[in-house]
Amino acid sequence: MTTDPRANPDPRTDLDPRTDLDPRFNLDAQGGLGPGARHRVLVAKVGLDGHDRGVKVVGRILRDAGFEVIYTGLQQTPEMVVAAARDEDVELIGLSLHSGAHMTLVPRILDTLRSQGLDIPVVIGGIIPVADGAALKDLGVAAVLTPGASTDEIILAVTRAIADHADIA
Amino acid sequence: MSTGTTNPEAGDASGADDPDSADGAEGERVGRLNGDHWRELYAESRLRELDASTISGIPLEPVYGPDDGEFPGLFPYTRGPYASMYRSKLWTMRMFAGFGTAEDTNARFREILRAGGDGLSTAFDLPTLMGRDSDDPRSAGEVGKAGVAVDSLADFEDLFAGIDLAQVTTSMTINSPAPVALALYVAAAENRGIARGALGGTLQNDILKEYQAQKEFVFPPRPSVRLVSDVIRFCAAEMPRWYPVSVSGYHIREAGSTAAQELAFTLANGFAYVEAVMAAGLAVDDFAPRLSFFFNAHIDFFEEIAKYRAARRIWARWMRGRYGATHPRSLQLRFHTQTAGVSLTAQQPELNIARVAIQALAAALGGTQSLHTDAFDEALALPTEKAARLALRTQQVVAFETGAPTVADPLGGSHYLEWLTDEMERQAEAIFAKLDDWGRGSILEGVLAGIESNWFQSEIAEAAYAFQRDLAAGRRVQVGVNRFTNREPGGDAVPLLSIGPEVEQAQCKRLAELRRHRATVPVEEGLARVRAAAADPTANVMPAIIDAVRAYATIGEVMGAMADVFGRYVERAAL
Repeated sequence: MTTDPRANPDPRTDLDPRTDLDPRFNLDAQGGLGPGARHRVLVAKVGLDGHDRGVKVVGRILRDAGFEVIYTGLQQTPEMVVAAARDEDVELIGLSLHSGAHMTLVPRILDTLRSQGLDIPVVIGGIIPVADGAALKDLGVAAVLTPGASTDEIILAVTRAIADHADIA
Repeated sequence: MSTGTTNPEAGDASGADDPDSADGAEGERVGRLNGDHWRELYAESRLRELDASTISGIPLEPVYGPDDGEFPGLFPYTRGPYASMYRSKLWTMRMFAGFGTAEDTNARFREILRAGGDGLSTAFDLPTLMGRDSDDPRSAGEVGKAGVAVDSLADFEDLFAGIDLAQVTTSMTINSPAPVALALYVAAAENRGIARGALGGTLQNDILKEYQAQKEFVFPPRPSVRLVSDVIRFCAAEMPRWYPVSVSGYHIREAGSTAAQELAFTLANGFAYVEAVMAAGLAVDDFAPRLSFFFNAHIDFFEEIAKYRAARRIWARWMRGRYGATHPRSLQLRFHTQTAGVSLTAQQPELNIARVAIQALAAALGGTQSLHTDAFDEALALPTEKAARLALRTQQVVAFETGAPTVADPLGGSHYLEWLTDEMERQAEAIFAKLDDWGRGSILEGVLAGIESNWFQSEIAEAAYAFQRDLAAGRRVQVGVNRFTNREPGGDAVPLLSIGPEVEQAQCKRLAELRRHRATVPVEEGLARVRAAAADPTANVMPAIIDAVRAYATIGEVMGAMADVFGRYVERAAL
């Protein structure tokens, strides 16, 4: 498991979130951010897409890494996602998209966040072609996770997005 | 996880033209050797032209094994549903297609048929699969992406324009709106003078796995099962060439289940439909011969073959022992296979061609009736045409170069494979016992209880997470992902398919014109009749839906009318 530093033979992941993270942020024993901190994140399925394997695995990875994870459930509209993020007072939104609608739905969520004056980092994951991922990053997405992302990469991406955002804010 | 394009149909898990369709019933004559009976059945089979020898010229029998052992075409059909298997008919290479507008997909269909394809397999876009029209606000961004965009009879007429629906068989991968899709197909054909009784094809129409895994549901489970039952009964009465349901494990496996869970959940769903239709008054042998199945071909080669063999054996035993079926076709499990989208990697994507080849070989050695091979680029985007063609060529190598189809169940008798087949069966039976207990003697009630209590969903999510933990810990290897990785900058670049927003704009414009020009009174009357039929549990919804779509009611409108009666289902959100 990811919380056991010995069990990390994944050669692709030479970044260890426990040691390679920005030194301003120390992970606690659960892999969470900061000593004793318990960070709230929202994981969401937006649009009509029912592929929920990825969102559930990522949600469980983050939960086991010490995050407090709120899952929206399926078939959320951009407005519903933003409302949930606001009501739950989360520090990050994770979106899972597998149906090819990311270029429509992700910008809508970013726009809705801005129009409501909410400043919450967004990480997306799923079948996202490289060029689309780059375009969405230009629009403000903090990180794009694609198939094959390791457990450690996922934790690192989320942790960094929260940390960088805290730094900016 | 794979994209929405990887959920096809039971294709020709059919054997509509199988020569030996009435065999097997007398296979249980006391004292006669299975081998003798098999030889009789084989002698009666119509065979295709085939050089039945190895590449070095060694002549081969159709099957090998002791005369007192199991044989293909004989109960319990572990070794195959038919005595002659691929010596009579190779599996059907039915590739799933659908994108953009109905006209776009129609052109692709015609190309497939010109190239010698004998069947079509339709992929619908996500709004259609969710029973929503293209101009529904919730459809934004999804129209024509993962399949063809259709809204009304006008689109179905375009989709099948110039295609002889009396000759070509069509598979439609659609579940919650399956009754509407079938009604549209019937209406499109009848408008061209082709009777519904002449139509051949397959409707996926398997709603239970939607709650368990794929999550494309609209109504709550109970009325949804009633709709499945209505379609099966309608087809039994009026469409003898149609396969009204393809009970699908594919999506259960893609969502993360183990092989044994895929096997058990799928067959349990099949038993549930059998119980629902029998409860509606049909005799089991009047509809069970038209049931078909759809399984995944994952990367653990032997486990997959054992799974297919166990599936046939379990189905035969349960159909005969529990449900009293006697017709051999009620006992013979026929299935379509698709290679595992979830096993494909975005890293070093060309490796996926090797994975697909191995999976296709497992399906062939496991005795599949039809096969879709995934394109290697599906972990990156929707497949390009070139990648899809390569996938077809991959299964053609398996079919025509390897010798895999020459001998039926070539791995039968292997100590390992026979043990693994028994183990699959044992694990599945343990799950059936649990469901039977929950349902107090009804698998249907047990399955519904398992869905309502989130049991299937959490079993699948748990298995998916266990696999991810194994990957993270290096206990499981994915080449190119957690071992043997390439790190060249900007590597792994392959050309990708992209569908632009113009499809959505065009389809919404077309739909707006339809709404302007159609007569509204017949639409309103048709929808009222759909509501009335839905509200009457003794009615069959199909005739009312056919009338409504004939008046150009849209899929979203018909589904909305039924939602007025049934309500819409919202899954409890749980990780």
